[in-house]
Amino acid sequence: MSGSVSVFVRELKLAWSGGGGPVLPVGFFGVACIMTPFAVGPEIENLKTAGPGVMWIAMALASLLPMERLFQADLEDGTLDAYAGSGVAMEGIALAKTVAHWIATGIPLSLAAPILWILLQGAPEVAPMVILTSLIGSAAFFMFGAIGAALAAGVRRGGLLIALATLPLYVPTMIFGAATLYAAAIGEGWQTPLMLTGAAGLLGLAISPFAAAMALRTAID
Amino acid sequence: MVVAPASSLVLEVENLAAVRGLRVLFEGLSLRVSGGEALELRGPNGSGKSTLLRILAGLTRQHAGTVTYSADEHDAPHHYLGHADAVKPTESAGEQARFWASYFGRPAITATDALARVGLSQRTEVPGRGLSAGQKRRLALSRLLIDPRPVWLLDEPTAALDIEGRKLVVDLVAEHRATGGMVIAAIHGDGFVNSNTLDLSKLKAPANLEGLA
Repeated sequence: MSGSVSVFVRELKLAWSGGGGPVLPVGFFGVACIMTPFAVGPEIENLKTAGPGVMWIAMALASLLPMERLFQADLEDGTLDAYAGSGVAMEGIALAKTVAHWIATGIPLSLAAPILWILLQGAPEVAPMVILTSLIGSAAFFMFGAIGAALAAGVRRGGLLIALATLPLYVPTMIFGAATLYAAAIGEGWQTPLMLTGAAGLLGLAISPFAAAMALRTAID
Repeated sequence: MVVAPASSLVLEVENLAAVRGLRVLFEGLSLRVSGGEALELRGPNGSGKSTLLRILAGLTRQHAGTVTYSADEHDAPHHYLGHADAVKPTESAGEQARFWASYFGRPAITATDALARVGLSQRTEVPGRGLSAGQKRRLALSRLLIDPRPVWLLDEPTAALDIEGRKLVVDLVAEHRATGGMVIAAIHGDGFVNSNTLDLSKLKAPANLEGLA
């Protein structure tokens, strides 16, 4: 247990040092949303219709950015060998790394989301709901993303492979997350889609450590 | 300084076979190493020294055969030090030693003392990317001291080290064996005092998979 906790603390520090931490994904998220009015036109009604969907797609893609290096760096520099040979469960290490990187990147993405929501003509009173669904949704994205990251850890320039392996797993979160915001924006019941978003996140949490650990053990073999 | 490992420590390898791709590296390998002993793995590049060490460390799956450690209370009784030193470029040497101390959870000596022992006490504030290849290897060696484990599996531990560094490895191995520890190391050139040698190139290996039927 102490091993996984130490890895979690270390990864939190490593995520912020070198490589800019959350700056790149948050920047990508922001630029993707800001580009939207140029593509769909500045009419408020168009933006209100496109806004929640565009935001969720942009956040899904932004949360893929840290995935390429999530396990690859540890595999290349021998850290994964040292972890694997130490008797500490690989499942705990995979979960510790994923949660640490979600805190380092997923939370900043979620905090940027309401600003972009208002830029896309979303109602300001829905902003707290935007933060809540983004927190849950980005956690789901990171959990599923870690599976793809572990599968592609041994692949040079595996970023695209991670996207192809992971994006289908993002679909339920995307559907229910965007549905929550559409419902909240027009004042309809958002509780059901929000709970289903949470269910998708919990499914990711339940599967991710085991699938990622299995892939990592194969990667070091 | 070092907790004496169980005196009954024995590693038994029976009928081990390793395959990389379609090439058989070795087969029918049986050996027995006891606490206090050192085994040098020798042979040309590609003869399977690293693969054997990774199998003994439980990192790579063997094609056939069994590996059994008799060490009682350990989940993983061994340290594995491979070619890669597991050094992070952005963390300082001191931070990395302290991380491994907290990771293993029962440090035998402080991170500071371990770094001093491997000759890095002047470099604790230097980030990993600022260390030379030999200093990175010394930092990796400090893991052996931070968490006492009875079996050391070392893949060319003296690579990149200067003459003093080589002497350090020889001394550490001798101290470890004096407390009942076991060392298995792939090594070129000068070896350890009073050790056994396994030359993997002298094992009869068939040319391809058919031989393993």
